[in-house]
Amino acid sequence: MDAKKIDRLATTILYLIAGIIVIILASLLGYILVRGLPHISWHFLTAPSQSFKAGGGIGIQLFNSLYLLVLSMLISVPLALGAGIYLAEYARENKLTEIIRTAIEILSSLPSVVVGLFGFLVFVLQFGFGFSILSGALALTMFNLPLLTRNVEDSLRQVSFDQREAGLALGLSRWETVIHVIIPEALPGIITGMILGAGRVFGEAAALIYTAGQSAPALDFTNWNPLNIASPLNPLRPAETLAVHIWKINSEGIQPDAAAVSAGASAVLILAVLLFNVLARVIGNRIYKKMTAA
Amino acid sequence: MKKLLGFLALCGLLVLTACGSGAGRGESITAVGSSALQPLVEAAAEQYQSENTGVFINVQGGGSGTGLSQIQEGAVQIGNSDLFAEQQAHIDASKLQDHRVAVVGITPIANRNVGVKDLTVVQLRRLFTGEITNWKQVGGNDLPVVVINRTQGSGTRATFERWVLGDRQAKPAQEQDSSGMVRSIVASTPGAVSYVAFSYVDKTVRSLSLAGVQPTDANVTTNAWPIWSYEHMYTKGKATGLTKRFLTYMLSDEVQGELVKAMGYIPISKMTVTRDADGNVQAN
Amino acid sequence: MDPIQQAMLKKSHAAKLERRGKLISLFCISLIVVVVLAIFFFVASRGLATFFTNKVNLWRFLSQTTWSPAVKDASGQPQVGALPMIVGSFGVTLLSAVIATPFAVGAAIFMTEIAPNLGKKVLQPVIELLVGIPSVVYGFIGLSVVVPFIRNIFGGTGFGILAGTFVLFVMILPTVTSMTVDALKAVPRHYREASLALGGTRWQTISRVVLRAAMPGILTGIVFGMARAFGEALAVQMVIGNAALLPTNLISPASTLTSVLTSGIGNTVMGSLENNALWSLALLLLLMSLAFNLLIRWIAKKGEIK
Repeated sequence: MDAKKIDRLATTILYLIAGIIVIILASLLGYILVRGLPHISWHFLTAPSQSFKAGGGIGIQLFNSLYLLVLSMLISVPLALGAGIYLAEYARENKLTEIIRTAIEILSSLPSVVVGLFGFLVFVLQFGFGFSILSGALALTMFNLPLLTRNVEDSLRQVSFDQREAGLALGLSRWETVIHVIIPEALPGIITGMILGAGRVFGEAAALIYTAGQSAPALDFTNWNPLNIASPLNPLRPAETLAVHIWKINSEGIQPDAAAVSAGASAVLILAVLLFNVLARVIGNRIYKKMTAA
Repeated sequence: MKKLLGFLALCGLLVLTACGSGAGRGESITAVGSSALQPLVEAAAEQYQSENTGVFINVQGGGSGTGLSQIQEGAVQIGNSDLFAEQQAHIDASKLQDHRVAVVGITPIANRNVGVKDLTVVQLRRLFTGEITNWKQVGGNDLPVVVINRTQGSGTRATFERWVLGDRQAKPAQEQDSSGMVRSIVASTPGAVSYVAFSYVDKTVRSLSLAGVQPTDANVTTNAWPIWSYEHMYTKGKATGLTKRFLTYMLSDEVQGELVKAMGYIPISKMTVTRDADGNVQAN
Repeated sequence: MDPIQQAMLKKSHAAKLERRGKLISLFCISLIVVVVLAIFFFVASRGLATFFTNKVNLWRFLSQTTWSPAVKDASGQPQVGALPMIVGSFGVTLLSAVIATPFAVGAAIFMTEIAPNLGKKVLQPVIELLVGIPSVVYGFIGLSVVVPFIRNIFGGTGFGILAGTFVLFVMILPTVTSMTVDALKAVPRHYREASLALGGTRWQTISRVVLRAAMPGILTGIVFGMARAFGEALAVQMVIGNAALLPTNLISPASTLTSVLTSGIGNTVMGSLENNALWSLALLLLLMSLAFNLLIRWIAKKGEIK
């Protein structure tokens, strides 16, 4: 065979591989949606869950998932930004920095159940937050930080060095250069990473079972005082999330329609992650256009 | 940078409000432990809260081991367990007070195509110790036996092994950490055998009778069906305040008569026998 | 002092900002390091108790094959043999990496060299979506599709290393692919131009120049994927069967470190041997991810010298 034929063959194989990956995802999505979509209705999305009767919804779980997501992102994003800036802009290449990087990467490959139990002993018991959204958000932060930090650092590093030199030449300090020049340039990458992180947080179950808890007490959606226990905004109430709910009804659920609820909830979860992905793209592009000359 | 500082300030504020709100909360207790008992306690707590405003009962799972360790530590007010505290190493049972709130019957289940409906206790034991490897050895179809266990330490497994295996050890086999998973695996795997609480039995699996005794609530109440256990709610020392009122409520007719039955448990008052931690049975 | 001199001696506004900024970022990184150290200390203190408090022999822990911490064997030693889980964990990790690598590298080449446009519009979002699917959902698809499929084709129960491998393959594919894409993109353009100018076909350029130059990056991606596979719990736990048996073939039920840890931890009493033994497994996981990291660093260093 001559080189040209091999070239064509290789190209075909590569197209095939790309095709297979797309098919895998399409069939995964198709399977989940076909099984789940028929169970999704307005009632299903808003009604509270039932512990042993049929006809339960996922309203409270859905709200909990979103609230927990917002709260944990509020805590982890500034931390990851700061840490990423340090690693990309200030850290010297020495043994200490190496150790810090290794430490962060180890945190990212830790099984989430270990993070959950650590959160249980430290946040729930030691700090006295109890089974609560706050404990859950802190546990999720620990689980999310390594990836976010890495993402911020990578995005900052990809910004060309000329930009830094230009900033410094204008008489800006290093910090000002980072804030006003580098971060806006790196923003699309950072936002993509954050929204992908949000998707992971949204689907996380094992770290939350022992921290945010597995019960979803009824909420009073007219009470927006965060100090009241029935208020949806109270960060100290226990909150079962959607992913935990799926896990729970599949493991110990005795509702007659457990399979349907789980299929529907899985579909909602996937749709939410899908939405995050689309949002990531749209928002990332828009902010990038606004903050740079592009 | 202002944004960044703003973010940090917001986080700080959130933590502060969070700490502050702890004090503003009404009377509240936490119950942790057995995931099998969780749905019942949760449902009871929901009813109780709707009848008594200003109280808050936080019910969580986590497993019997977690329930007992946390009540021993005094970190929670109620520790739920499928097992007697005496059966767990590292738990000082004398410091804990037992509140038995329900009885749960456990039945062997098998895949629908094994061709067997009834076994003797000895046959069942041999299935789980690995001495019987094909269903035709107990008069069923020619199918290899696939044993599915619950995770080591699970209350259901401990009860089943105590009353079926005695002091024999089950052969290492597949382990699942929840009843729902066990049921769906038994339903879909040819030749599978396992065990679940009565409330998990449905059309997808077949429950087996033992030497002609059917796994029914009535047979459990007389101990004719020996594989059952209490559901315990432990308190550290004597229960007081809301904990005491809630435990009383758990034993009231409202819970025992309706909820307990609706969720597939057996009310404690229906039992005609009592069994202690060592397995000694006494008629009431 | 005249105002000019004063202005020169005083720290400028920018310098103050700089100091403050550096402190903030330093604070963030220290916080993360403290958290990591806390977890490490926490897992180590409980995991080591098996060996120091309960006096289990480390060698027995690593080499025995019976996992039943509550039961003592004939010689009065608790049965804490972690070998079946260690073998299971390495089995699924290596196999899934072996299957995922050609797909990931192929997809990455497709996205960077063959059809960048199609790659960016179709494959990139697809890969990012695969990251976003929660492991609970992967687990249920594995349980309801992969396990019956394997049962019908190969017999047995369908649970085992093969089912775990399939699920993990899909789960680590995005990680390895996106890291390979980064590695390929980092190969300077003039390498490709030089090869094409010499008369090489596209495939010759890719296979002999680009892939070779990107090799350390690709290897890093693969090891990174393996680290993920090693630590994954929920999805694997649902399809591997959780039998603490030394796997004899790919379709017999097996177990991994994470599956035993996740399913058992709630049922044990803190401070007891059963609980400590599970924490020892967690410690083993932590050490393994340390080993994977050192491997990544070593590969990166090797690549630099060339």
